[in-house]
Amino acid sequence: MRRVVITGAGTINALGRTVPDTLEAMREGRCGIGPLEMRDTDRLAIKIGGQVKGFDPEEVFNRQQIALYDRYTQFTLIAAEEAIRQSGLTFDGELANNSGVVLGTSGGGLTTQDENYRAVYEEGKNRVHPFVVPKLMNNAACSHVSMQYNIKGPSFTVASACASSNHAMGQAFWFVRSGMAPVMVTGGSESMLCFGGIKAWEGLRVMSKDGCRPFSATRNGMVQGEGAGIFVFEDYEHAKARGAEILAEVAGFAMSSDAADIVMPSKQGAARAISAALADARLDRERIGYINAHGTGTAANDKTECAAVADVFGTHADDLMISSTKSMHGHCIGGTGAVELLACIMALRDGVIAPTIGYEEPDPECALDCVPNTAREAKVGAALSNAFAFGGLNAVLALKAV
Amino acid sequence: MNVKDKVIEIIAEQAVLEPSDVKMDMTLEDLGIDSLGLVESIFAIEEAFDISVPFNANDPTESDFDISSVARIVEGVERLVAEQHA
Repeated sequence: MRRVVITGAGTINALGRTVPDTLEAMREGRCGIGPLEMRDTDRLAIKIGGQVKGFDPEEVFNRQQIALYDRYTQFTLIAAEEAIRQSGLTFDGELANNSGVVLGTSGGGLTTQDENYRAVYEEGKNRVHPFVVPKLMNNAACSHVSMQYNIKGPSFTVASACASSNHAMGQAFWFVRSGMAPVMVTGGSESMLCFGGIKAWEGLRVMSKDGCRPFSATRNGMVQGEGAGIFVFEDYEHAKARGAEILAEVAGFAMSSDAADIVMPSKQGAARAISAALADARLDRERIGYINAHGTGTAANDKTECAAVADVFGTHADDLMISSTKSMHGHCIGGTGAVELLACIMALRDGVIAPTIGYEEPDPECALDCVPNTAREAKVGAALSNAFAFGGLNAVLALKAV
Repeated sequence: MNVKDKVIEIIAEQAVLEPSDVKMDMTLEDLGIDSLGLVESIFAIEEAFDISVPFNANDPTESDFDISSVARIVEGVERLVAEQHA
């Protein structure tokens, strides 16, 4: 088995257009959630989100590219450029043939779907742009990364709702660990903050109208975000041989399925994924200093997640820190685990724990140290990143400092 | 059909019961309606009466809409219909 390390990271989300900007915002406990800017907000009951604002795709992409790139693909390519540039890798020859791209997204090109359904149903048009299909498909972003960087090995997209990018990064980890690929570009992206995307979530009645306050007794639901996180996972020996800068080691990964309910989370399912990730990483539970929580800010998730962590960690649950950065960037759905992995890297590399902002009042059912409101300095040797999707599909990554 | 009968019809359909088996003092638990069933019922009520029901599934007991019994739900819908169609 090979050791797997991260040698590049990139992002775009409501907190920033780059990793340094995002980490600075997390350190400062800045909130990226605000009033939604889009057409027809007067018809929405939920008017806030973690939106990437002031972003003009024409500053980054040409007209032909925009014709093919949905907003979620644009996010992916912006984050991939940052990650691959940081890694210093160029893909050619054997490296190109053997490396791959595995990305997560829940809905793919939703803005494209929204706009074109509107054109045919609302505006009564009988013709849509010729590239609607290649623009909206869930693997479009993956394919464009592959094409742009000449990455020719195993490449595909994983869709498991809010766990999509953790599932994707888990597959990428396995490809490198097993020796099948020296390098995998991985992570995820989502752009569900379009009119239809918000309407669908409104229907479920789990959205907050005023803010995301994970673990706080005053929480009243989730807030949607958008964005991408992309990483370069690399064989440790390959990275060392070329003198690459190593951000963190991916030590383990595990998945589980609740097999119980299509929306309600399960403590047992979450606990099984967390335990199995620790076992896979060969990490004693006492070594985990930080957990990036799924922490959606719904009544159900946060108490279930805290109970699962308490079950797995026993008395150590009171010593570790667990925060939800969704309080700052919102729930980026299929891209959320990837954006949140940045907080784990910051904890391991910089010794800074991102806070859970918006925290107002303790909830006895969430009685863990959620790093309320202000970032904290702490030396952390190992961290977990949780993702628990609707449909009961759980995926947990374990990271170590190198 | 009056508000009460229509609300009972919606609740009965969700609970897979005959409307005559739904009693005013019953709770959602008595009727076997879970959180998803509740959200569906509220949607059906909103559609049937063309109203907006203030309800957040995160905290059903603290919403402005009382769901503690069939009678409370009927009263709540009657009030919302009166307010929103005034």
